[in-house]
Parts: sequence; structure tokens; C-alpha cells
Amino acid sequence: MEKLIYLDNAATTKTAPEVLEAMLPYFTENYGNPSSVYGFASKNKNAVNRQREIIADALGAKPEEIYFTAGGSEADNWALKAAAEAYEEKGRHIITTKIEHHAILHTGEYLEKRGFQVTYLNVDEDGMVSLKELKEAIRPDTILISVMFANNEIGTLEPIKEIGEIAHERGILFHTDAVQAFGQVPINVDECCIDMLSASGHKLNGPKGIGFLYIRKGVKIRSFIHGGAQERKRRAGTENVPGIIGLGAAAARAVRTMKERTAKEEELRDYLINRVLEEIPYCRLNGHRTKRLPNNANFSFQFIEGESLLIKLDRKGICGSSGSACTSGSLDPSHVLLAIGLPHETAHGSLRLTLGEDTEREDIDYVVDSLKEIVAGLRAMSPLYEDFIKKNQKGV
Amino acid sequence: MYSEKVMDHFEHPRNVGEIENASGVGTVGNAKCGDIMRIYLDIDENEMIRDVKFKTFGCGAAVATSSMATELVKGKSIREAMQVTNKAVMEALDGLPPVKVHCSLLAEEAIHAALWDYAEKHGIKIEGLEKPKSDIHEGEEEEEEEY
Ligand SMILES: Cc1ncc(COP(=O)(O)O)c(C=O)c1O
Repeated sequence: MEKLIYLDNAATTKTAPEVLEAMLPYFTENYGNPSSVYGFASKNKNAVNRQREIIADALGAKPEEIYFTAGGSEADNWALKAAAEAYEEKGRHIITTKIEHHAILHTGEYLEKRGFQVTYLNVDEDGMVSLKELKEAIRPDTILISVMFANNEIGTLEPIKEIGEIAHERGILFHTDAVQAFGQVPINVDECCIDMLSASGHKLNGPKGIGFLYIRKGVKIRSFIHGGAQERKRRAGTENVPGIIGLGAAAARAVRTMKERTAKEEELRDYLINRVLEEIPYCRLNGHRTKRLPNNANFSFQFIEGESLLIKLDRKGICGSSGSACTSGSLDPSHVLLAIGLPHETAHGSLRLTLGEDTEREDIDYVVDSLKEIVAGLRAMSPLYEDFIKKNQKGV
Repeated sequence: MYSEKVMDHFEHPRNVGEIENASGVGTVGNAKCGDIMRIYLDIDENEMIRDVKFKTFGCGAAVATSSMATELVKGKSIREAMQVTNKAVMEALDGLPPVKVHCSLLAEEAIHAALWDYAEKHGIKIEGLEKPKSDIHEGEEEEEEEY
């Protein structure tokens, strides 16, 4: 078999065999609609509610505060749009950050077109939100603060507890997009004063198209999908039972394996970061050096462009991703890399590698060795590198 | 995403490098947008392109179009080189994804910029050749509004 080293686990992960196994009967023999009265189907309601308990336990929440959605994007949309609508009498100002996922940013823009005002907080060069700037941005009409738990590109972990406390003290709702963090770092909604939290199954070795929104009891946001009485009348639609079972199984597994798994990932991540920074010239690490997701490494290589780097890596069986414009179909590189202050050309040359539970040390060695060769090759044909070298030679 | 031809030219780019004391050099694009192409031409006294080299900072399509463009002008007269349009480059590569068409424009511009440099140095005028634009992304269409 051809070599495949999958280092794009922030994009999605492989569904774990035990998760798939838990799901399978719910496609076949346990196909009943959880809302039906007969015992054959209502067993499925119990099964769905068991997953709610598992997820609530993982967050220190109550089961009735977990609402299943069709993924992280839906949860983000729901949280912002419904909170805006529910609290608009109080005010029409929302605070978020410049480095959110598009599920938040584009929803923010949508709300702006409908008469809301949105402040997008800056971040520092590590991608960290400033608490001072947050406090200064708060106004009497601020109704919601939404800051991601961990950034999907550069892996930086935000000061969620501190942000939650600030929001709580001022009586402002606090939402966090924890799609990348849930299952990777311990989260407790009470300790962090979180009122709403989004997560998604496919980032934690669960299935795609399933996620949840945690909504603290008492938060009065309305339903987003109208219809039947599922999810306490707040999210209509016959439950995606196999998906929910898979999400629950994945969450249980993620909690059970978290300590050991993330310790191993962190060690390999640091090994990767150190080798790359030491062995490849003109390169930098993006994101905070220590306060970052255990499996995330993000580099910028000067003088080269990310898409060509990805194709070359692909040819060697290595899957990664880049914040280059060419991989997004637009002319601008990643908004996250620009927000941390990278010049456009450095942002174009970025590479994100996100490890998984199966990643081994020899994989990292192979990746670093390949990277050294590829980066050197691309630089050899880069006019930017040529100019840089010539300028240096003249300088001597 | 890319045709086999594009991948072939990306993986085995033809004519990569520099020419010392080139007859003409043209650099187009900008690093901000993620692509820069530089073309070196060696033109003999009969106005034939004896040799051509390129360097490119950019995506797979940018590298492949530069490589193909150098192949298409090598050994040709200046006038023939003027006929190498972005369409010709694209066709020779069996097409490009729509978002990458601008790379082929860049390749055409790079050839023209190198010819312009040659013409300026030699005080001649090449028919149909205009001063190259500094930024090929000028006037490109905005993305469609959402909702
Ligand atoms: C931070 C963040 N938020 C939201 C999403 C969207 O999640 P989903 O793909 O489940 O809609 C992602 C996934 O790419 C993400 O990384």
C-alpha cells in the first residue's frame, strides 16, 4: 500500500472502529423513530438521551442542556442568530474576534446586515485575545461575547475562563466555539462561565454531520430549526440517531483516552516543531508556543507558497493544509494569519500539520525529512528567494 | 483538481533557473496575492529566442503555466512569441480550474514583460506589445455577494 501520513486532523478525523460499531445497529435493526410510542422505537429515545448524559458529564453540564445539531457550523449559527434575536431588546451589540471560524464570522456579517453591531477583537502575535481590549469593547448594549476555545488554524488556546468571568460579571451571554477543543482539552462550563458551547463529532474520531450546542438552563434563545418537538422543542427534525450514538461514543472515548493521547501528541508535536525550526531556515511557528492544542503545529516558510508545498507533500503521501490564498480560492491568505500580523507573502507560505492518535515518531521524521527537501526545492525556483540571496550577497 | 499535464509541468518544471546577462527579464505579479513570475530571455541578433528560463513563487498552476509558457516561446522569433497567449498556454496544459485562469494571464504577462525589457534595452519597438501592467489582478471581478 502507498504510504499515507495523515496530518490534517483539524480538518477531520477517522471515525474510530468502536464508534462505528456502536453506530451500526442504529442504521439497521434499531431504525425506529425516537418519537414513536411503541417500545421498539422508544428504546432509541433512551439511547439518544444516554449520549446526552455522556456529553453533559464531559462538560460538567446537565443532560437537558445539550442540544444535538447537524454539526459545528449549525451550532455556531444557532448560538449567534438566536441569541441576537432573543436579546435584541436589551441591545444590538456583539463582540467576537478576528480569528473565529467562518461559521462565526460570516454569521456575524449576516447579523451586521440586519442592524446588529459586531466588534471583532484583535489578537496578539500569538493569536491571543487581549482581556483589556475585550473589557474596553464592552458597551451597555452588548448582549453576547463569542470567543473560540481554540483556534483551528494556529491552535492557540484562548483565555476562556477569564473571558467567561468578565462576561458573567457584566451579565453578558458568553458563547464559545469549542469545535477544536472538545475532546482535546478538559472543559468545564461552570468553571469557565460558559453559557453556550458548540462542538462537532467529526473532530474527535466521530461521524460527520453531527454536533451539539450546549445551552445553559435559563438562556432564553429560541429554536433555529422549526418543526417537531424534538430536542425540547428547540431543534426540530427526527434525530440523526446513528450520528448521535456515534457522537456520544466518540465523546466517551475522547474523555477516556484524553490524558494519555494528548500527552503523546504533545510530545510528538514539540518534536516536530523543534526539528522544523532547527533544521529549516527562514521559517517560523505560528500560534502560541505552549498554550496551543496538543496536536497542532503551524509553520510559515518564507519565499514559498503553500499550495505548491501541499501538492509536493501529497506526492509523498503526506496530508496537511495551508492558509495560502490558492487553497481557499480567493486572493487573500487566511484571515487568522493576517490577524496575527503576518505579511501576505509569509501567510501564503504557511503549513498546518495536525497530528492524530495514530501518529508515530517515525512519521514525524519522514515528514521533516520530506519537508526539508521540498522547501529547498521550491526555494530554488522562487524569485523571492533569488532576490533575498542576491541582496544578502551585495550586503556582504 | 489539475490535469495530468499541469501536474507533469509542476513536478518536472522545464527551464527553471536564471540567465546571466539576459537580453530581457520580466517580473510580474506580487507576493501579496501569492504569485510572482520572473522570465529571463536570451535573444540572438536575428531576434530569435535562443534560451528562456523562469522562476516562480506561487501555486501549482502558477509553476505549470510558467513552465509551459517557456516551452512555447523557446526557439521562436519575437513575433511568434507575441502570439503565445494565455489561452494557448491553458490549451497546451489541457485546461486549468476556473480559479486558476489568472495564473495563465500571469504567464502571458511575464513573457511580455521580458520582451518589453528587451525592447527597451535595444531601443526597438515590438508590434502589439504594450507596457506590462504592474499588477495583473487589477480589475479582476469581485466575488459574488452572498445571500
Ligand atoms: C473552530 C471550528 N468551528 C466550526 C467548525 C465547523 O464544524 P462542522 O464542520 O461540524 O460544521 C470547524 C470545522 O472546520 C471548526 O474548526
